[in-house]
Amino acid sequence: MSEEYARHLQHLENLGLGRLYPRRPRISVAMASCGRAAGSEKIYRALGDELESRGIDAFLAPTGCPGLCSREPMVSVLAPGKARVHYSGLGPEDAGPLLSALAAGEVYLKNALGAETEDHLVISGRRISLGPLPEGLGPMAGLDFYRPQVRLATRNCGCIDPFSVHEYIGRGGYRALREALSREPAEIIREIKKSGLRGLGGAGFPTGVKWETAAGAGNGEKYIICNGDEGDPGAYMDRSILESDPHSVLEGMIIGAHCLGARHGIVYVRAEYPLAVKTISHAIAQARELGLLGKDIMSSGLGFDVEVVRGAGAFVCGEETALIASIEGRPGEPRPRPPYPTREGLWGRPTCINNVETLANIPLIVHRGGEWYGSFGTAGSRGTKVFALVGKVKNSGLVEIPMGATIGDIVLSAGGGPDRGKRLKAVQTGGPSGGCIPASMTGIPVDYESLAGSGAIMGSGGMVVMDERVCMVDMVRYFMSFVAGESCGKCAPCRDGTAEILNILDGITLGRGRPEDLDTLAGLSRLVKGSSLCGLGQTATNPVLSTLRYFRNEYEAHVKDKFCPAGVCRQLVIYRVDPDLCAGCGLCAGDCPGGAILGGEGRTRAIEPDSCTRCGACYEICPQGAIYFTGRGISDAMDDH
Amino acid sequence: MPWMTINGIKVQYRDGETVLAAARSGGMEIPSLCFHPGLGHHGSCRLCLVEILAGGRPGLAASCALPAAQGLVVEAGSERVIQSRRMVLGLLLARSPEAKPLRELSEKLGALEFPPRPDTRGCVLCGLCVRACRAVGQNAINFSGRGRSRRVTVPFDLPPGDCLGCRACENVCPAGAIKVVESRGRIAILPWQSELETVCCSKCGAAMGSRPQWESLEKLFSPSLLRAGLCPACRRRLQAAFHG
Repeated sequence: MSEEYARHLQHLENLGLGRLYPRRPRISVAMASCGRAAGSEKIYRALGDELESRGIDAFLAPTGCPGLCSREPMVSVLAPGKARVHYSGLGPEDAGPLLSALAAGEVYLKNALGAETEDHLVISGRRISLGPLPEGLGPMAGLDFYRPQVRLATRNCGCIDPFSVHEYIGRGGYRALREALSREPAEIIREIKKSGLRGLGGAGFPTGVKWETAAGAGNGEKYIICNGDEGDPGAYMDRSILESDPHSVLEGMIIGAHCLGARHGIVYVRAEYPLAVKTISHAIAQARELGLLGKDIMSSGLGFDVEVVRGAGAFVCGEETALIASIEGRPGEPRPRPPYPTREGLWGRPTCINNVETLANIPLIVHRGGEWYGSFGTAGSRGTKVFALVGKVKNSGLVEIPMGATIGDIVLSAGGGPDRGKRLKAVQTGGPSGGCIPASMTGIPVDYESLAGSGAIMGSGGMVVMDERVCMVDMVRYFMSFVAGESCGKCAPCRDGTAEILNILDGITLGRGRPEDLDTLAGLSRLVKGSSLCGLGQTATNPVLSTLRYFRNEYEAHVKDKFCPAGVCRQLVIYRVDPDLCAGCGLCAGDCPGGAILGGEGRTRAIEPDSCTRCGACYEICPQGAIYFTGRGISDAMDDH
Repeated sequence: MPWMTINGIKVQYRDGETVLAAARSGGMEIPSLCFHPGLGHHGSCRLCLVEILAGGRPGLAASCALPAAQGLVVEAGSERVIQSRRMVLGLLLARSPEAKPLRELSEKLGALEFPPRPDTRGCVLCGLCVRACRAVGQNAINFSGRGRSRRVTVPFDLPPGDCLGCRACENVCPAGAIKVVESRGRIAILPWQSELETVCCSKCGAAMGSRPQWESLEKLFSPSLLRAGLCPACRRRLQAAFHG
């Protein structure tokens, strides 16, 4: 790389630092999809209008996702020489008071979550001191949600404007690429192998080994593909990284291109992620402008360019051979492997496919070294993993934790456990391909081996929390309907096998289950798992198998007693009022969609069974706990059929 | 010659051969449905599954698509293989109870029972018709939909301009699911809603195939084919008389 280009990069870094730590206040509004859904655009506009009308000199920046989705919209304010204060749940009406306080040099305390006294730039290891902790506020890192976290892949998420390459470079971006270009590919691959990084898209294949195979696959045309076809229900790690820090993924790809000898890259993103498509496309255009992509990257002679391909909505396209078919313009269907894509992939050429999160870690490993990265996590599972913590949990959002932390660290500490005082029942990891871990096992560590041993999988990072009001059979029925609907239909076990399993589960939740169904379910599930063509079918029945293992009694209650212990399966429960506990407040009547609550003002209520839709709204709202549910009795349940 | 092990027996194979081919040339029986020597493998019916014991990623794999490799050890009749085959057979029989190869195999192995699926009209979705049509060069039919909605059809479910009426699809279908009706001067390929004019022998009047097919053959081979207007039998008779 030329001296001149090095000076150019230094200049860009200074520009970035000038935006991140300006001499005037910097107000950041989290504007990833989750923030926008919570109304951040309105706040952004209100802040902009107020700044203008009051003539306040401040820098307003739209940033990415800080992870704490349940507290969106999130805003942070950094005044020179002061700690950065984070706010949650501000509305447009707060813009005025917030800016008044800022102009007066005071800290606006309403809705303040906490403050940061220093910034840690993970790439360089540099710490930037901001200012003392304001009175009345605790450190952000001390919040339950952030305490167990180590943010490596999400190091810039929520800190930088995803549309500003300068801010990315200001936080140490493209340093790793600069270094990589002066090093031998084999040396970098050795470093990645040393880091122990495994594919974070779900399968956990060692990234260094994959790169080595692709690098060794001749000197002809090769491709590197970023797999952003994230489809697990409730999982959005890749979306968030692409929306919040697209250059980290791009930098990982360019380093990959140098190592593998690829000249073309493709970012395959779901079309359902319009913002991610926009941020990554914008990042690519910026990188081309700055000579970070193109014919002569950083004046090093490396030629590499990237294009964005939008997926067409099929879950199976996350499977690498189906993804390749989709890019080639064919229906997204998998083909048998071998040959593996690293030998014969896109257009028949060697192709390396890495997940978004995996690629975002590459610059860190290259710059800080494999040993440093490997110091996080456990012996068999190094580094960190980002989880999308969703479901019946207080703090939902993206949590990046070192491998080896326990399920409890994530769900109970960071997540704060189930909401509204409910008991934790189970945690589903790995989405529809994963398994259920019962509440009694929250002590198991999150690493590839322990999770596999428990019947779940690491998966791409979806983590769905379930409380006592979730019926495991109904939940599995949902996942089966998802995979049966998303199966491409090519191979018989996945197409027809999952549909037959779904039929049985439908029957059980409707009260038609027979005791022998449970063995049939287990047998079929094992056969579908073993004999399907691709990863979709091979993991599709994991939810059935793991719930049969840990929640068999719940299945038995459905088939033998015709009772749903969680009160979810409508054919199997009847809601009643305990007259001794009922205070006659009538809250239940207000929430009942069926008008099934009998009894007037101040009087003990009762439920009229024929109008009751068994939605459970009355059960949830009753302050006395006077509403309960029982089975309908075997004869009643059978009468329906 | 390199060798691998199938059912405990050493089998030699040629480079590039699959496990299924190696087994068959070694005289071993592995059932298959969606594989056709002329159309290649599809890996979808899962009847030819074998269990990899050593020399590859352990587990079940479709032998039609699995490259034979030195030192590879597979079992084509293990308990796991048989159980999986029984399930697959049952699932396919539910779609196509009359399919002969499936019935024969289930008599031998037994099949799991599943509720019948008359909505599939006997199609087992092996894709042989799709691949045959592609091999003919027409691509008139393909898969549509996914999961249980998957089926073979023509674009937009409208009568296709590209069907030649060559009947290659009917010929390769193992389930007899492609019904063809011939009547005076017309041929109808029912599932593709394709109705075409037939060419008849100018001498004996026998149907010789559809007109588009003859026209495409003429383009490929000899323009005189259609002009002669004779069926193969009449042509031979004429040639014999001429030379005789």
